[in-house]
Amino acid sequence: MSAAIVGAAETDELGVLPHLSAIQLHAQAALRALADAGISKDDVDAVLCAGQSPVAVAEYLGIVPTYIDGTGVGGCSFMIHVRHAAAAIKAGLCNVALITHGQSGRSRVGEGGWGQSRQSMSGQFEEPYGVAGPATRFTVPILRHMHEYGTTHEQMASVAVATRRWAEKNPRAMMRDPITIDDVLSSRMIAYPVHLLECCLVTDGGGALVVVSAERAKDFPKKPVYLLGSGESSEHSMISMMHDFTESRAFKVSGQSAFAEAGIERKDIDHAMFYDAFAHTPMFALEALGFVGKGESGPFFEEMRTAPGGDFPLNTNGGGLSYTHTGMYGMFAIQESVRQLRGEAAAQLPDVRTSIAHGVGGMFSAAGTLILTNDAGA
Amino acid sequence: MPKRPLPESTPETQEFWAGARRGELRIQRCKPCGNAYFFPRPFCPRCSSDDVEWFTASGRGRLYSYVINHRPPPNFKDYAPYVIAVVELEEGPRMMTNIVGVEPAPENLPVDLPVEVTWEQQDDIITLPLFRPSGRSS
Repeated sequence: MSAAIVGAAETDELGVLPHLSAIQLHAQAALRALADAGISKDDVDAVLCAGQSPVAVAEYLGIVPTYIDGTGVGGCSFMIHVRHAAAAIKAGLCNVALITHGQSGRSRVGEGGWGQSRQSMSGQFEEPYGVAGPATRFTVPILRHMHEYGTTHEQMASVAVATRRWAEKNPRAMMRDPITIDDVLSSRMIAYPVHLLECCLVTDGGGALVVVSAERAKDFPKKPVYLLGSGESSEHSMISMMHDFTESRAFKVSGQSAFAEAGIERKDIDHAMFYDAFAHTPMFALEALGFVGKGESGPFFEEMRTAPGGDFPLNTNGGGLSYTHTGMYGMFAIQESVRQLRGEAAAQLPDVRTSIAHGVGGMFSAAGTLILTNDAGA
Repeated sequence: MPKRPLPESTPETQEFWAGARRGELRIQRCKPCGNAYFFPRPFCPRCSSDDVEWFTASGRGRLYSYVINHRPPPNFKDYAPYVIAVVELEEGPRMMTNIVGVEPAPENLPVDLPVEVTWEQQDDIITLPLFRPSGRSS
Protein backbone atom coordinates (compact mmCIF):
# COMPACT_ATOMS: atom_id res chain seq x y z
CA MET A 1 0.00 0.00 0.00
CA SER A 2 1.91 3.02 -1.21
CA ALA A 3 -0.60 5.75 -1.97
CA ALA A 4 -3.85 7.23 -0.76
CA ILE A 5 -6.59 9.52 -2.01
CA VAL A 6 -6.76 12.47 0.40
CA GLY A 7 -8.87 14.87 -1.64
CA ALA A 8 -11.94 14.15 -3.74
CA ALA A 9 -14.69 16.32 -5.18
CA GLU A 10 -17.09 16.72 -8.06
CA THR A 11 -18.19 19.95 -9.70
CA ASP A 12 -20.84 21.86 -7.76
CA GLU A 13 -23.41 20.91 -10.37
CA LEU A 14 -23.82 17.99 -12.74
CA GLY A 15 -26.21 17.74 -15.65
CA VAL A 16 -26.80 20.43 -18.26
CA LEU A 17 -24.22 23.19 -17.72
CA PRO A 18 -23.88 25.34 -20.83
CA HIS A 19 -22.36 28.13 -18.71
CA LEU A 20 -19.20 26.07 -18.05
CA SER A 21 -16.61 25.00 -20.62
CA ALA A 22 -14.87 21.64 -20.42
CA ILE A 23 -11.69 23.07 -18.95
CA GLN A 24 -13.66 25.16 -16.45
CA LEU A 25 -15.23 21.92 -15.25
CA HIS A 26 -11.71 20.47 -14.78
CA ALA A 27 -10.64 23.53 -12.86
CA GLN A 28 -13.69 23.84 -10.64
CA ALA A 29 -13.43 20.16 -9.67
CA ALA A 30 -9.70 20.58 -9.05
CA LEU A 31 -10.19 23.54 -6.73
CA ARG A 32 -12.91 21.69 -4.80
CA ALA A 33 -10.67 18.62 -4.43
CA LEU A 34 -7.75 20.74 -3.23
CA ALA A 35 -10.04 22.41 -0.66
CA ASP A 36 -11.25 18.97 0.41
CA ALA A 37 -7.60 17.99 1.00
CA GLY A 38 -6.89 21.25 2.80
CA ILE A 39 -4.09 22.25 0.43
CA SER A 40 -3.50 24.83 -2.28
CA LYS A 41 -2.52 24.44 -5.91
CA ASP A 42 1.01 25.43 -4.92
CA ASP A 43 1.32 22.13 -3.04
CA VAL A 44 0.62 20.18 -6.24
CA ASP A 45 3.58 18.88 -8.25
CA ALA A 46 1.85 16.39 -10.56
CA VAL A 47 -1.07 16.89 -12.95
CA LEU A 48 -2.83 13.96 -14.60
CA CYS A 49 -5.92 14.30 -16.75
CA ALA A 50 -7.80 13.16 -19.84
CA GLY A 51 -9.93 15.02 -22.35
CA GLN A 52 -7.85 18.16 -22.00
CA SER A 53 -4.06 18.19 -22.12
CA PRO A 54 -2.39 18.18 -18.69
CA VAL A 55 -0.38 21.13 -20.03
CA ALA A 56 -3.58 23.10 -20.52
CA VAL A 57 -5.03 22.11 -17.15
CA ALA A 58 -1.79 22.89 -15.29
CA GLU A 59 -1.57 26.25 -17.04
CA TYR A 60 -5.23 27.05 -16.32
CA LEU A 61 -4.71 26.31 -12.62
CA GLY A 62 -1.31 28.03 -12.42
CA ILE A 63 0.73 24.92 -11.65
CA VAL A 64 4.24 24.16 -12.93
CA PRO A 65 4.48 20.43 -12.28
CA THR A 66 7.40 18.01 -12.04
CA TYR A 67 5.28 15.18 -13.41
CA ILE A 68 2.56 15.13 -16.07
CA ASP A 69 0.45 12.29 -17.47
CA GLY A 70 -2.11 12.72 -20.22
CA THR A 71 -3.14 9.09 -20.53
CA GLY A 72 -6.41 9.48 -22.39
CA VAL A 73 -7.94 6.12 -23.13
CA GLY A 74 -11.55 6.94 -22.41
CA GLY A 75 -13.62 6.59 -19.28
CA CYS A 76 -11.15 4.45 -17.33
CA SER A 77 -8.33 6.98 -17.74
CA PHE A 78 -8.79 8.17 -14.15
CA MET A 79 -8.37 4.73 -12.63
CA ILE A 80 -5.17 4.53 -14.62
CA HIS A 81 -4.14 8.01 -13.46
CA VAL A 82 -4.49 6.95 -9.81
CA ARG A 83 -2.34 3.93 -10.59
CA HIS A 84 0.28 6.02 -12.39
CA ALA A 85 0.27 8.65 -9.67
CA ALA A 86 0.90 5.96 -7.04
CA ALA A 87 3.81 4.60 -9.08
CA ALA A 88 5.28 8.04 -9.67
CA ILE A 89 5.03 8.93 -5.98
CA LYS A 90 6.67 5.64 -5.06
CA ALA A 91 9.46 6.33 -7.55
CA GLY A 92 10.03 9.76 -6.05
CA LEU A 93 8.97 11.67 -9.17
CA CYS A 94 6.32 13.72 -7.35
CA ASN A 95 4.61 14.10 -3.99
CA VAL A 96 1.14 15.52 -4.49
CA ALA A 97 -0.77 14.41 -7.59
CA LEU A 98 -3.88 16.16 -8.89
CA ILE A 99 -6.11 14.12 -11.21
CA THR A 100 -8.83 16.02 -13.03
CA HIS A 101 -11.83 15.33 -15.22
CA GLY A 102 -14.18 17.79 -16.84
CA GLN A 103 -16.37 17.24 -19.82
CA SER A 104 -19.09 19.21 -21.51
CA GLY A 105 -20.52 16.00 -22.92
CA ARG A 106 -24.05 17.35 -23.15
CA SER A 107 -23.61 21.03 -23.98
CA ARG A 108 -20.37 20.56 -25.98
CA VAL A 109 -18.82 23.82 -24.75
CA GLY A 110 -15.08 23.85 -25.34
CA GLU A 111 -15.04 20.20 -26.43
CA GLY A 112 -13.23 18.64 -29.36
CA GLY A 113 -15.07 16.81 -32.12
CA TRP A 114 -16.03 13.14 -32.28
CA GLY A 115 -14.95 12.39 -35.85
CA GLN A 116 -12.42 9.77 -36.83
CA SER A 117 -9.97 10.32 -39.66
CA ARG A 118 -11.04 8.57 -42.83
CA GLN A 119 -7.56 7.08 -42.96
CA SER A 120 -7.79 5.58 -39.47
CA MET A 121 -8.56 1.88 -39.26
CA SER A 122 -11.91 2.80 -37.77
CA GLY A 123 -12.50 5.26 -40.62
CA GLN A 124 -11.74 2.52 -43.13
CA PHE A 125 -13.33 -0.51 -41.53
CA GLU A 126 -16.16 0.63 -39.23
CA GLU A 127 -17.36 4.15 -40.05
CA PRO A 128 -18.58 3.26 -43.57
CA TYR A 129 -21.21 0.93 -42.11
CA GLY A 130 -23.29 3.61 -40.42
CA VAL A 131 -22.07 3.38 -36.86
CA ALA A 132 -23.32 6.30 -34.80
CA GLY A 133 -21.35 6.61 -31.62
CA PRO A 134 -21.03 4.17 -28.74
CA ALA A 135 -24.66 2.97 -28.90
CA THR A 136 -23.93 1.16 -32.15
CA ARG A 137 -20.45 -0.13 -31.34
CA PHE A 138 -20.16 -0.85 -27.64
CA THR A 139 -23.35 -2.85 -27.93
CA VAL A 140 -22.45 -5.16 -30.82
CA PRO A 141 -21.17 -7.96 -28.52
CA ILE A 142 -24.43 -8.30 -26.56
CA LEU A 143 -26.29 -10.68 -28.88
CA ARG A 144 -23.28 -12.99 -28.89
CA HIS A 145 -23.39 -13.16 -25.09
CA MET A 146 -27.13 -13.85 -25.23
CA HIS A 147 -26.59 -16.53 -27.87
CA GLU A 148 -23.83 -18.38 -26.04
CA TYR A 149 -25.13 -18.13 -22.48
CA GLY A 150 -28.88 -17.69 -22.77
CA THR A 151 -28.68 -14.20 -21.29
CA THR A 152 -32.12 -12.63 -21.65
CA HIS A 153 -33.41 -9.17 -22.48
CA GLU A 154 -35.09 -9.08 -19.06
CA GLN A 155 -31.80 -9.85 -17.34
CA MET A 156 -30.05 -6.99 -19.12
CA ALA A 157 -32.96 -4.66 -18.35
CA SER A 158 -32.69 -5.58 -14.66
CA VAL A 159 -29.28 -3.87 -14.55
CA ALA A 160 -30.98 -0.55 -15.34
CA VAL A 161 -33.74 -1.21 -12.80
CA ALA A 162 -31.34 -2.06 -9.96
CA THR A 163 -29.17 0.96 -10.73
CA ARG A 164 -32.17 3.30 -10.74
CA ARG A 165 -33.12 2.07 -7.28
CA TRP A 166 -29.81 3.44 -6.00
CA ALA A 167 -30.37 6.71 -7.85
CA GLU A 168 -33.71 7.14 -6.09
CA LYS A 169 -31.68 7.60 -2.90
CA ASN A 170 -29.31 10.20 -4.36
CA PRO A 171 -30.52 13.82 -4.69
CA ARG A 172 -27.67 14.59 -7.13
CA ALA A 173 -28.73 11.83 -9.54
CA MET A 174 -30.25 13.08 -12.78
CA MET A 175 -32.85 10.29 -13.12
CA ARG A 176 -34.60 9.31 -9.90
CA ASP A 177 -38.07 8.04 -10.83
CA PRO A 178 -38.53 4.32 -10.18
CA ILE A 179 -38.57 2.11 -13.28
CA THR A 180 -39.59 -1.50 -13.96
CA ILE A 181 -38.26 -4.09 -16.36
CA ASP A 182 -41.32 -3.45 -18.53
CA ASP A 183 -40.49 0.27 -18.57
CA VAL A 184 -37.00 -0.55 -19.79
CA LEU A 185 -38.12 -3.00 -22.46
CA SER A 186 -40.85 -0.68 -23.72
CA SER A 187 -38.58 2.37 -23.88
CA ARG A 188 -37.48 3.51 -27.33
CA MET A 189 -35.28 1.10 -29.27
CA ILE A 190 -31.88 2.69 -29.85
CA ALA A 191 -29.93 -0.19 -31.41
CA TYR A 192 -31.52 -3.60 -30.96
CA PRO A 193 -31.14 -5.18 -28.43
CA VAL A 194 -30.49 -1.91 -26.55
CA HIS A 195 -33.34 0.34 -25.39
CA LEU A 196 -33.09 3.95 -24.29
CA LEU A 197 -33.17 3.10 -20.58
CA GLU A 198 -30.24 0.72 -21.07
CA CYS A 199 -28.05 3.59 -22.32
CA CYS A 200 -26.08 5.94 -20.08
CA LEU A 201 -27.01 9.57 -19.67
CA VAL A 202 -25.22 12.34 -21.55
CA THR A 203 -24.28 15.16 -19.18
CA ASP A 204 -21.80 17.87 -18.27
CA GLY A 205 -19.67 17.73 -15.14
CA GLY A 206 -16.30 17.05 -13.61
CA GLY A 207 -14.42 15.56 -10.73
CA ALA A 208 -10.93 15.58 -9.26
CA LEU A 209 -8.74 13.63 -6.87
CA VAL A 210 -5.63 14.38 -4.80
CA VAL A 211 -3.22 11.47 -4.31
CA VAL A 212 -0.24 11.39 -1.91
CA SER A 213 1.92 8.68 -0.32
CA ALA A 214 0.24 6.43 2.24
CA GLU A 215 2.69 7.68 4.89
CA ARG A 216 1.65 11.31 4.39
CA ALA A 217 -2.07 10.53 4.14
CA LYS A 218 -2.73 10.83 7.87
CA ASP A 219 -1.70 14.49 7.78
CA PHE A 220 -4.76 15.50 5.74
CA PRO A 221 -8.16 16.44 7.20
CA LYS A 222 -10.31 13.70 5.62
CA LYS A 223 -10.20 9.98 6.29
CA PRO A 224 -7.65 8.60 3.82
CA VAL A 225 -8.69 6.13 1.14
CA TYR A 226 -5.76 3.82 0.51
CA LEU A 227 -4.92 2.17 -2.79
CA LEU A 228 -4.67 -1.54 -2.08
CA GLY A 229 -4.24 -2.75 -5.65
CA SER A 230 -4.64 -1.54 -9.21
CA GLY A 231 -4.60 -2.72 -12.79
CA GLU A 232 -4.85 -1.48 -16.34
CA SER A 233 -4.94 -3.00 -19.82
CA SER A 234 -6.06 -2.48 -23.38
CA GLU A 235 -7.35 -4.75 -26.10
CA HIS A 236 -8.57 -3.18 -29.35
CA SER A 237 -9.49 0.17 -30.82
CA MET A 238 -12.29 -1.21 -33.01
CA ILE A 239 -15.06 -3.24 -31.40
CA SER A 240 -15.06 -5.56 -34.43
CA MET A 241 -11.57 -6.68 -33.37
CA MET A 242 -12.60 -7.71 -29.84
CA HIS A 243 -11.09 -11.15 -29.36
CA ASP A 244 -14.12 -12.80 -27.76
CA PHE A 245 -17.46 -10.96 -27.83
CA THR A 246 -18.52 -12.61 -24.58
CA GLU A 247 -15.51 -11.62 -22.51
CA SER A 248 -13.29 -8.54 -22.19
CA ARG A 249 -9.63 -9.48 -22.10
CA ALA A 250 -8.72 -5.97 -20.96
CA PHE A 251 -11.13 -6.29 -18.00
CA LYS A 252 -9.64 -9.65 -17.05
CA VAL A 253 -6.03 -8.51 -17.19
CA SER A 254 -6.74 -5.30 -15.29
CA GLY A 255 -8.80 -7.05 -12.63
CA GLN A 256 -6.27 -9.82 -12.13
CA SER A 257 -3.48 -7.27 -11.61
CA ALA A 258 -5.54 -5.38 -9.06
CA PHE A 259 -6.53 -8.43 -7.03
CA ALA A 260 -3.01 -9.91 -7.15
CA GLU A 261 -1.54 -6.68 -5.79
CA ALA A 262 -4.28 -6.20 -3.20
CA GLY A 263 -3.89 -9.74 -1.92
CA ILE A 264 -7.59 -10.08 -1.13
CA GLU A 265 -10.37 -12.31 -2.46
CA ARG A 266 -13.49 -11.36 -4.37
CA LYS A 267 -15.57 -12.13 -1.27
CA ASP A 268 -13.60 -9.47 0.64
CA ILE A 269 -15.06 -6.68 -1.52
CA ASP A 270 -17.79 -4.74 0.32
CA HIS A 271 -18.78 -2.28 -2.39
CA ALA A 272 -18.37 -2.12 -6.16
CA MET A 273 -18.47 0.51 -8.88
CA PHE A 274 -18.47 -0.98 -12.40
CA TYR A 275 -18.58 1.53 -15.21
CA ASP A 276 -22.03 1.30 -16.79
CA ALA A 277 -21.98 2.92 -20.20
CA PHE A 278 -24.76 0.53 -21.19
CA ALA A 279 -26.61 -2.10 -19.19
CA HIS A 280 -24.36 -4.89 -20.44
CA THR A 281 -21.09 -3.25 -19.37
CA PRO A 282 -21.36 -4.16 -15.65
CA MET A 283 -22.47 -7.66 -16.65
CA PHE A 284 -19.22 -8.13 -18.54
CA ALA A 285 -17.29 -6.66 -15.61
CA LEU A 286 -18.91 -8.94 -13.04
CA GLU A 287 -17.79 -11.96 -15.07
CA ALA A 288 -14.35 -10.78 -16.20
CA LEU A 289 -13.39 -9.64 -12.70
CA GLY A 290 -14.21 -13.10 -11.37
CA PHE A 291 -17.19 -12.36 -9.13
CA VAL A 292 -19.25 -14.91 -11.07
CA GLY A 293 -18.41 -17.51 -13.69
CA LYS A 294 -18.50 -16.87 -17.41
CA GLY A 295 -22.04 -16.32 -18.62
CA GLU A 296 -23.49 -16.15 -15.10
CA SER A 297 -24.06 -12.41 -14.79
CA GLY A 298 -27.60 -12.45 -16.20
CA PRO A 299 -29.27 -14.40 -13.35
CA PHE A 300 -27.16 -12.48 -10.80
CA PHE A 301 -28.61 -9.17 -11.92
CA GLU A 302 -32.10 -10.57 -12.40
CA GLU A 303 -32.12 -11.61 -8.73
CA MET A 304 -31.54 -7.92 -7.82
CA ARG A 305 -28.45 -8.80 -5.84
CA THR A 306 -26.85 -5.49 -6.86
CA ALA A 307 -29.84 -3.34 -5.81
CA PRO A 308 -30.40 -1.75 -2.39
CA GLY A 309 -30.80 -4.59 0.11
CA GLY A 310 -28.88 -7.03 -2.10
CA ASP A 311 -25.66 -8.78 -1.13
CA PHE A 312 -23.54 -7.06 -3.81
CA PRO A 313 -24.14 -3.29 -3.67
CA LEU A 314 -23.12 -1.96 -7.08
CA ASN A 315 -23.14 1.52 -8.58
CA THR A 316 -24.58 3.04 -5.45
CA ASN A 317 -24.52 6.60 -6.80
CA GLY A 318 -26.98 5.60 -9.52
CA GLY A 319 -24.26 4.92 -12.09
CA GLY A 320 -23.78 6.24 -15.58
CA LEU A 321 -27.28 4.98 -16.29
CA SER A 322 -29.02 7.25 -13.75
CA TYR A 323 -26.55 9.49 -11.88
CA THR A 324 -24.43 11.22 -14.51
CA HIS A 325 -22.34 10.35 -17.56
CA THR A 326 -20.21 13.08 -19.03
CA GLY A 327 -18.55 10.84 -21.61
CA MET A 328 -15.65 9.64 -19.45
CA TYR A 329 -17.58 8.55 -16.38
CA GLY A 330 -14.80 6.68 -14.55
CA MET A 331 -13.98 9.68 -12.37
CA PHE A 332 -17.48 9.52 -10.86
CA ALA A 333 -17.16 5.83 -10.09
CA ILE A 334 -13.99 6.55 -8.10
CA GLN A 335 -15.69 9.49 -6.35
CA GLU A 336 -18.46 7.19 -5.10
CA SER A 337 -15.95 4.60 -3.89
CA VAL A 338 -14.22 7.36 -1.93
CA ARG A 339 -17.52 8.62 -0.48
CA GLN A 340 -18.55 5.13 0.61
CA LEU A 341 -15.16 4.50 2.23
CA ARG A 342 -15.30 7.85 4.02
CA GLY A 343 -18.91 7.39 5.10
CA GLU A 344 -20.09 10.38 3.05
CA ALA A 345 -22.30 8.73 0.40
CA ALA A 346 -25.91 9.70 -0.24
CA ALA A 347 -26.87 6.01 -0.07
CA GLN A 348 -24.29 5.14 2.55
CA LEU A 349 -23.70 1.43 3.20
CA PRO A 350 -22.85 0.23 6.70
CA ASP A 351 -19.37 -1.10 7.43
CA VAL A 352 -17.65 -0.53 4.09
CA ARG A 353 -13.99 -1.43 4.36
CA THR A 354 -13.14 -2.24 0.74
CA SER A 355 -14.39 -0.94 -2.59
CA ILE A 356 -13.54 -1.76 -6.19
CA ALA A 357 -13.82 0.86 -8.92
CA HIS A 358 -13.54 -0.66 -12.39
CA GLY A 359 -13.59 1.43 -15.53
CA VAL A 360 -13.83 0.84 -19.24
CA GLY A 361 -12.34 3.02 -21.96
CA GLY A 362 -13.70 3.22 -25.48
CA MET A 363 -15.75 0.22 -26.58
CA PHE A 364 -14.26 -2.44 -24.30
CA SER A 365 -11.00 -0.95 -25.61
CA ALA A 366 -9.21 -0.30 -22.34
CA ALA A 367 -9.67 -0.97 -18.65
CA GLY A 368 -8.54 0.35 -15.30
CA THR A 369 -9.24 -1.12 -11.87
CA LEU A 370 -8.71 0.24 -8.36
CA ILE A 371 -9.17 -1.69 -5.12
CA LEU A 372 -9.48 0.80 -2.30
CA THR A 373 -9.73 0.57 1.48
CA ASN A 374 -10.16 2.86 4.48
CA ASP A 375 -8.21 0.45 6.69
CA ALA A 376 -4.74 1.84 7.30
CA GLY A 377 -3.63 -1.57 8.52
CA ALA A 378 -4.82 -3.48 5.45
CA MET B 1 -27.93 3.81 -51.08
CA PRO B 2 -26.79 5.82 -48.06
CA LYS B 3 -24.11 8.44 -48.52
CA ARG B 4 -21.50 6.69 -46.49
CA PRO B 5 -18.40 8.27 -44.93
CA LEU B 6 -15.90 6.66 -47.29
CA PRO B 7 -12.53 5.30 -46.34
CA GLU B 8 -9.23 6.67 -47.54
CA SER B 9 -6.74 3.88 -48.01
CA THR B 10 -3.32 3.89 -46.37
CA PRO B 11 -0.18 2.04 -47.53
CA GLU B 12 -0.98 -1.13 -45.64
CA THR B 13 -4.62 -1.25 -46.77
CA GLN B 14 -4.28 -0.44 -50.49
CA GLU B 15 -4.40 -4.10 -51.54
CA PHE B 16 -7.63 -4.62 -49.62
CA TRP B 17 -9.36 -1.71 -51.37
CA ALA B 18 -7.89 -2.61 -54.76
CA GLY B 19 -9.28 -6.12 -54.32
CA ALA B 20 -12.65 -4.75 -53.29
CA ARG B 21 -12.85 -2.82 -56.59
CA ARG B 22 -12.47 -6.18 -58.39
CA GLY B 23 -14.96 -7.93 -56.12
CA GLU B 24 -12.25 -9.87 -54.29
CA LEU B 25 -12.10 -10.02 -50.50
CA ARG B 26 -8.36 -9.73 -49.97
CA ILE B 27 -7.01 -10.55 -46.52
CA GLN B 28 -3.64 -11.64 -45.19
CA ARG B 29 -2.05 -14.79 -43.88
CA CYS B 30 1.23 -15.34 -42.03
CA LYS B 31 3.35 -17.94 -43.80
CA PRO B 32 5.34 -19.18 -40.78
CA CYS B 33 2.46 -19.49 -38.30
CA GLY B 34 -0.52 -19.83 -40.66
CA ASN B 35 -2.55 -17.12 -38.93
CA ALA B 36 -5.09 -15.45 -41.23
CA TYR B 37 -5.86 -11.94 -40.05
CA PHE B 38 -7.69 -8.68 -40.64
CA PHE B 39 -7.41 -5.60 -40.48
CA PRO B 40 -4.42 -5.25 -42.86
CA ARG B 41 -0.94 -4.90 -41.38
CA PRO B 42 2.45 -5.65 -42.95
CA PHE B 43 3.28 -8.21 -40.25
CA CYS B 44 1.48 -10.92 -38.34
CA PRO B 45 -0.26 -9.65 -35.19
CA ARG B 46 0.17 -13.10 -33.62
CA CYS B 47 3.90 -13.77 -34.16
CA SER B 48 5.22 -10.46 -35.59
CA SER B 49 6.67 -12.14 -38.70
CA ASP B 50 6.71 -9.95 -41.78
CA ASP B 51 6.64 -13.01 -44.03
CA VAL B 52 2.96 -12.53 -44.84
CA GLU B 53 0.91 -12.94 -48.01
CA TRP B 54 -2.35 -11.62 -49.38
CA PHE B 55 -4.99 -14.10 -50.49
CA THR B 56 -8.59 -13.95 -51.63
CA ALA B 57 -11.01 -15.13 -48.96
CA SER B 58 -14.02 -17.22 -49.97
CA GLY B 59 -16.42 -14.46 -48.96
CA ARG B 60 -18.39 -16.93 -46.87
CA GLY B 61 -18.84 -16.61 -43.15
CA ARG B 62 -21.33 -16.42 -40.33
CA LEU B 63 -23.09 -13.68 -38.46
CA TYR B 64 -21.04 -13.38 -35.27
CA SER B 65 -23.05 -10.58 -33.64
CA TYR B 66 -24.93 -7.42 -34.56
CA VAL B 67 -27.18 -4.54 -33.64
CA ILE B 68 -30.13 -3.15 -35.58
CA ASN B 69 -29.62 0.58 -35.55
CA HIS B 70 -32.72 2.71 -35.05
CA ARG B 71 -30.84 5.95 -34.39
CA PRO B 72 -28.86 6.62 -37.55
CA PRO B 73 -26.36 9.35 -38.34
CA PRO B 74 -27.81 11.96 -40.76
CA ASN B 75 -26.52 10.30 -43.94
CA PHE B 76 -28.23 7.02 -43.02
CA LYS B 77 -31.52 8.59 -41.95
CA ASP B 78 -33.56 7.14 -44.80
CA TYR B 79 -32.12 3.66 -44.38
CA ALA B 80 -32.83 2.98 -40.70
CA PRO B 81 -33.34 0.54 -39.21
CA TYR B 82 -30.30 -1.26 -40.61
CA VAL B 83 -27.99 -4.00 -39.43
CA ILE B 84 -24.48 -3.20 -38.20
CA ALA B 85 -22.85 -6.59 -37.96
CA VAL B 86 -19.60 -8.34 -37.29
CA VAL B 87 -19.11 -11.30 -39.60
CA GLU B 88 -16.67 -14.11 -38.93
CA LEU B 89 -15.13 -15.27 -42.20
CA GLU B 90 -14.69 -19.01 -42.68
CA GLU B 91 -10.92 -18.35 -42.76
CA GLY B 92 -11.20 -17.01 -39.19
CA PRO B 93 -10.89 -13.20 -39.19
CA ARG B 94 -13.84 -10.98 -38.37
CA MET B 95 -14.91 -7.67 -39.88
CA MET B 96 -17.64 -5.11 -39.43
CA THR B 97 -20.19 -4.81 -42.23
CA ASN B 98 -23.89 -4.37 -42.95
CA ILE B 99 -26.22 -7.30 -43.55
CA VAL B 100 -28.36 -6.60 -46.62
CA GLY B 101 -30.90 -8.52 -48.66
CA VAL B 102 -33.07 -9.33 -45.65
CA GLU B 103 -35.60 -7.40 -43.58
CA PRO B 104 -33.72 -6.09 -40.52
CA ALA B 105 -35.64 -8.02 -37.86
CA PRO B 106 -34.21 -10.26 -35.13
CA GLU B 107 -36.21 -13.29 -36.31
CA ASN B 108 -34.49 -13.09 -39.70
CA LEU B 109 -31.05 -12.76 -38.19
CA PRO B 110 -30.18 -15.61 -35.87
CA VAL B 111 -26.64 -15.41 -34.53
CA ASP B 112 -24.36 -17.71 -36.59
CA LEU B 113 -26.53 -17.29 -39.73
CA PRO B 114 -24.43 -18.25 -42.80
CA VAL B 115 -23.66 -15.16 -44.87
CA GLU B 116 -21.73 -14.32 -48.02
CA VAL B 117 -20.11 -11.19 -49.34
CA THR B 118 -21.84 -8.88 -51.80
CA TRP B 119 -20.23 -5.74 -53.14
CA GLU B 120 -21.60 -2.20 -53.12
CA GLN B 121 -19.72 0.24 -55.33
CA GLN B 122 -19.52 3.73 -53.81
CA ASP B 123 -17.43 5.54 -56.42
CA ASP B 124 -14.48 4.85 -58.74
CA ILE B 125 -12.19 4.18 -55.80
CA ILE B 126 -14.19 2.58 -53.03
CA THR B 127 -16.32 -0.54 -53.18
CA LEU B 128 -17.50 -1.88 -49.82
CA PRO B 129 -17.94 -5.50 -48.77
CA LEU B 130 -21.47 -6.02 -47.44
CA PHE B 131 -22.91 -9.42 -46.55
CA ARG B 132 -26.23 -11.16 -47.18
CA PRO B 133 -27.70 -14.45 -46.06
CA SER B 134 -26.02 -17.26 -48.04
CA GLY B 135 -27.61 -18.86 -51.06
CA ARG B 136 -29.92 -16.04 -52.02
CA SER B 137 -29.72 -14.15 -55.27
CA SER B 138 -29.05 -10.45 -55.03
